[in-house]
Amino acid sequence: MDVLVPLPVAIPLISAAALTAFGHFLGKRVDDVVALAASTATMVVSLLLVFHASDHRLAYWFGGWRARHGLALGVSFTVDPVAAGFAALAATLMTASLVFSWRYFDEVGTLFHVLMLVFLAGMCGFALSGDLFNMFVWFELMGAAAYALTGYRVEERGPLQGAINFAVTNTLGAYCVLIGIALFYGRTGALNLAQIGDTLAGKKPDGLVVVAFALVTCGFLVKGAIVPFHFWLADAHAVAPTPVCVLFSGAMVELGLYGVARVYWTTLDGVPGAHSGRLTDLLLGLGVASAVVGAVMCFLQRHLKRLLAYSTISHAGLILIGIALLTPSAFAGSAAIVLAHGLLKGGLFLCVGIVLNRLSSVDELVLHGRGRALWPTGTLFVLAAVALAAPAPFGLFLGKSLLEESATHEGYPWLAPLVTVVTIVSVAAILRAAGRVFLGLGPRHDALLSPEPDEEQEVERDPRRSGVLMLAPTAALILAGVGLSLVPGLERHLEHAGDTFQDRHSYVATVLQGRIEHTAVDSLSMLKLAPASVVWSVISLGGAFALAAFALYRDRLVPERARRRAYGWTSGGLDVLRSVHSGVIGDYVAWLTFGVAALGGLLALILT
Amino acid sequence: MSYLPYALAVWIFVVGLYGIITSRNLIHLVVCLTLTQSSTYVLLLAIGYVKGATAPVFADVSVGTRAVDPVVQALTLTDIVVSVTVAALLLALAIQVQKRNGTLDPDALTEMSG
Repeated sequence: MDVLVPLPVAIPLISAAALTAFGHFLGKRVDDVVALAASTATMVVSLLLVFHASDHRLAYWFGGWRARHGLALGVSFTVDPVAAGFAALAATLMTASLVFSWRYFDEVGTLFHVLMLVFLAGMCGFALSGDLFNMFVWFELMGAAAYALTGYRVEERGPLQGAINFAVTNTLGAYCVLIGIALFYGRTGALNLAQIGDTLAGKKPDGLVVVAFALVTCGFLVKGAIVPFHFWLADAHAVAPTPVCVLFSGAMVELGLYGVARVYWTTLDGVPGAHSGRLTDLLLGLGVASAVVGAVMCFLQRHLKRLLAYSTISHAGLILIGIALLTPSAFAGSAAIVLAHGLLKGGLFLCVGIVLNRLSSVDELVLHGRGRALWPTGTLFVLAAVALAAPAPFGLFLGKSLLEESATHEGYPWLAPLVTVVTIVSVAAILRAAGRVFLGLGPRHDALLSPEPDEEQEVERDPRRSGVLMLAPTAALILAGVGLSLVPGLERHLEHAGDTFQDRHSYVATVLQGRIEHTAVDSLSMLKLAPASVVWSVISLGGAFALAAFALYRDRLVPERARRRAYGWTSGGLDVLRSVHSGVIGDYVAWLTFGVAALGGLLALILT
Repeated sequence: MSYLPYALAVWIFVVGLYGIITSRNLIHLVVCLTLTQSSTYVLLLAIGYVKGATAPVFADVSVGTRAVDPVVQALTLTDIVVSVTVAALLLALAIQVQKRNGTLDPDALTEMSG
């Protein structure tokens, strides 16, 4: 089955090259068909790889340059279920967005399809690569395509600024990664992840290795939108074409976190002291900060795409929490959140795309009550929001329950209530927006929400256009996300994938010695409903509806004096939080510099 | 082994960052970004340097001749290609910003606040 391994990057790259060469001579529909076929083929191949890799890890050496005598010479793709799963998720979201784009844009050139395919290849390559420098190249390819897609509507002001902020911060992140790679190479003489880990194993880490790891981690966390590296994300999401946002939120951000996890478990796993609880505390702190900041900022937005973008930051924090706990079970929880969140958030963005297409706005207050006619979209939107609140046994429930159980088991019992509160706030924001737009609930003015500049249109409004091709992929993504937890045996398979992901010895054996290590997963078992998780899920769903209703009707529910006093207490803090998200690139880079210095210093204290 | 190249790499990186943070002109900002990047070239080449060795071209030299590490040079070349792409893209965006807003000052762009 080795022949399948390079296909998730080869198919989109070759199709992109062909479209660049011949696309201008063919019609738009031919471009659409080629891009869609390539993306679907990538999805099928990646899914096949998931099934093959669930039995044993695959190592594929480009050009047949296999490892000899335990020395890696060539560049390898190393496929385990998590890597292949990421490629499959990216390709699935890409397919849905391309189907959506079919009717969405009036005029979209061949270049849009080319960039989308290159973007897909970058994401798949990053997920599958087993070589640190090769990961950097895919990382940059994914980045360059993403910057260009963000600024695709280059004739408008917003996309220009969003794309510049996105490109500068992420490029600096990539340079941090590159310096880290250079230092790893300087210490170990290797670029292959297995080889680096094998060289470092068993020795106390010196300063160089710590700095290298810190820089690689910071660089990937920029892509992962973790506080204080998260600023670019909302800007990029607010201005990128909606089908592109699906990929940004659903796969690209999570790939940054995947990069951190992959590098940690392949290189530092065998290093003494790297498993200390203090490393967990540091990463947990970052995850919790992102989850909280993301949720609060999410609640303050009226621009629907910015609102969803901040909700993604909040979820990225939750995913990092699962990685930080350093256990296979918590990692499985993160993986489940990535899958369910990717599908649901993708669906939510497509819903916003339909609203923008039909009503020419994405402003919650402007759209007040105007979404009533779009009831199918509204129903899907609310369904996805509810599933994000993780009601047992749907949507994010599987991931959240694995995360909470693992946190309690590892001695962090406060994480479960915290995760619940964060979920309540971010889901309530989405429900509040849904109530205003699709049902016309609540007042037309809300002083709490950030002001928005006049927006520009992404697409021409054309009510004659059939909505089926836009509604179908939206519904498919959301229904898949809602029902994900019900797939028989998924929990067991994810835990197994977490075990495999964190097993450095079998990784090295497969890559460097060429040994195939079979591992079996027991047969299909149904989802277990832990009572504590069910209670938390009920609280988060009920709390989200209650908070959304409170946000809409607080004028009636609370007497004016109490409201003024509460406003006085909170407005100072919220204004500081808002002004920190200034939209100015210099500020973002200053935060990035501060983050790298602080994180590097703390890691040095922890690891040496 | 001299620490000078490593110190130089750190210095270039920090100077570039300072330039980006304080920049009032997008073209200047992109040049500073490219400058930051060039610190990685210095670092990579310093890592592969071997004292008294020749360039890694193995024609017309006797077997066993010491050569500097060709891997880091390949990495540097890839690195240049990647960053030129990004720099070109950013400069194109800067031109568009000048056309739309009549200014290149990043602080004057306020579409994204909040």
